[in-house]
Amino acid sequence: MAKSQVSMEVNGRAVEALVEPRTLLIHFLREQLRLTGPHIGCETSHCGACTVDLNGKSVKSCTMFAVQANGANIRTIEGMANPDGTLDALQEGFREMHGLQCGFCTPGMITRAYRLLQENNNPSEEEIRFGIAGNLCRCTGYQNIVRAIQYAAAKLNGVPFQEAAE
Amino acid sequence: MIPGSFEYHRPSSVQEAVGLLAKLGDDSRAIAGGHSLIPMMKLRLATPAHLVDLGGIADLKGIRTDGDDIVIGAMTTQHELVSSDLLASKIPILRETSLQVADPQVRYVGTLGGNVANGDPGNDMPAVMMCLGAIYHVMGKSGERRVAARDFYQGAYFTALEGGDVLTAVRIPVPPAGHGYAYEKLKRKIGDYATAAAAVLLTMSGGKVASCSIGLTNVAETPLWAEEAANILEGSTLDAATVKRAVAAAEAITAPASDARGPAAYRTKMAGVMLTRALARARSKAHG
Repeated sequence: MAKSQVSMEVNGRAVEALVEPRTLLIHFLREQLRLTGPHIGCETSHCGACTVDLNGKSVKSCTMFAVQANGANIRTIEGMANPDGTLDALQEGFREMHGLQCGFCTPGMITRAYRLLQENNNPSEEEIRFGIAGNLCRCTGYQNIVRAIQYAAAKLNGVPFQEAAE
Repeated sequence: MIPGSFEYHRPSSVQEAVGLLAKLGDDSRAIAGGHSLIPMMKLRLATPAHLVDLGGIADLKGIRTDGDDIVIGAMTTQHELVSSDLLASKIPILRETSLQVADPQVRYVGTLGGNVANGDPGNDMPAVMMCLGAIYHVMGKSGERRVAARDFYQGAYFTALEGGDVLTAVRIPVPPAGHGYAYEKLKRKIGDYATAAAAVLLTMSGGKVASCSIGLTNVAETPLWAEEAANILEGSTLDAATVKRAVAAAEAITAPASDARGPAAYRTKMAGVMLTRALARARSKAHG
C-alpha cells in the first residue's frame, strides 16, 4: 500500500515522515519517532495510557491513524517538562503527592490532566474525577492522582496547596 | 492490534466524498471520529479497502439556527455539543446526554453524525433524536434526502443509509421554551454503554402534560420511540397510577438481549426505572 507523507509538530519539533495509512498514531509516535512515553495499554480505547494532546484536545492515540494527524500540533509526556528541564507543575504534583505506583498510566494521566487544567484552572475534586474518567489506573485507587492534580492547580494559580480534610 | 491495509482518502467536500464512495463501492467506508470503526478495524471485524475520511470537510462542521430548527453538522464532536451555548439554552438535553457518552477523550473526537449513523443500539444519541423528532440530512448518489430519526433505524447496524450515502447533518426542531427534559442512563461504570436509558421531553400546561415524547436506548436491536407510553401521559398530572401504566407500555415494547449488562428481564425493568426517573426530573424542570 502506498505510503503517505505526513508533517506535524511534535513537542515543538517539526516532523516529516512517510506512513502507511493503517499506522496508528500511537505506533507512529513510539516506533518511528521513538517517543515511548505514550503507552499502549488496552488497545481498545478504554484505558487512556496512550493519551496525547493534539490540537488542544486530549486524544487516545491508539484510536487515530497517523495520516489523520497530518498538520497537527501534538504534545506527549516528553514535551511536558519546563524548557530548563525542571518538572512542570503536574509532574511535580505526581511526585510530591505519590500520584503513581507502577507508573504505566502516568504519561496518559499527566497529558490528560494538562488539558483539563487548561480548560478549568481550578477544578473541584468531582470535576477532576469526571475529567480523568477516560484514564484507568490499576494501582493507586486514584486518591493520590486527584491530589496530584489539585497540587498542580494550586501551584499554577500561585496559591498554597491545601489538602482536604480526611 | 494493527488494522488491515487500506487506501486513505480525504475529500474536502461532501460531493467529493459521495463521489468517492460511489466509485469505490462496497469496499469503501466513510470514517467520522473513528471511535467505533477503528476498534472494529483493529479486530479485523471491518476490513475496508478504502477509507474516506470526512474530517476535512468544512461543511460538515458547525451548529446553526435555521428558522425553528437547529441544524448540527455531522462532524460536530460530542465535546462541541457540550460546549455550545446555543444548545445549552435551546436543546439542553443534548448537553446532558453528551456528557454521558464515553469519556473526555472520546468526546473530543467522537461525532454526532457517527453516533447516530452507525446504527449501534448502544449509542445514546439515536434515542434522544427520536425523542426530539430530529431529521437526518443524507447525501447520496441521487442527491439529498431527509429521513426522520424515527424511521431511520431498522436493526442493529442496519439503517436507512444505503451504500455511498453520507449523513451530513442533524436537524432538530427547537422544543418550546419552558419544556422539561431528562436523559437517565443506567450504566455499570462511567463511560459504559447503557444497561438501559430513557430520554424524556415534555411540556406542561396548567399542571397537566401538554406534550410528551420518550426514547429508549439499548433495550432492543434499535433505539425505540415509545409513542404509546407518551400518549398515555398526555393530559395527565403525572400521577403515580398513570406513570405506572405508561411505564408498563414502554416496557412492553422492549426486547433487550441478555448479556454482560444483565438478563433481558432485568434490562426491561431498568428501562422502566430510567423512564420513571426521567419523567420525574423532566417534570421538575418544566414550567407550567
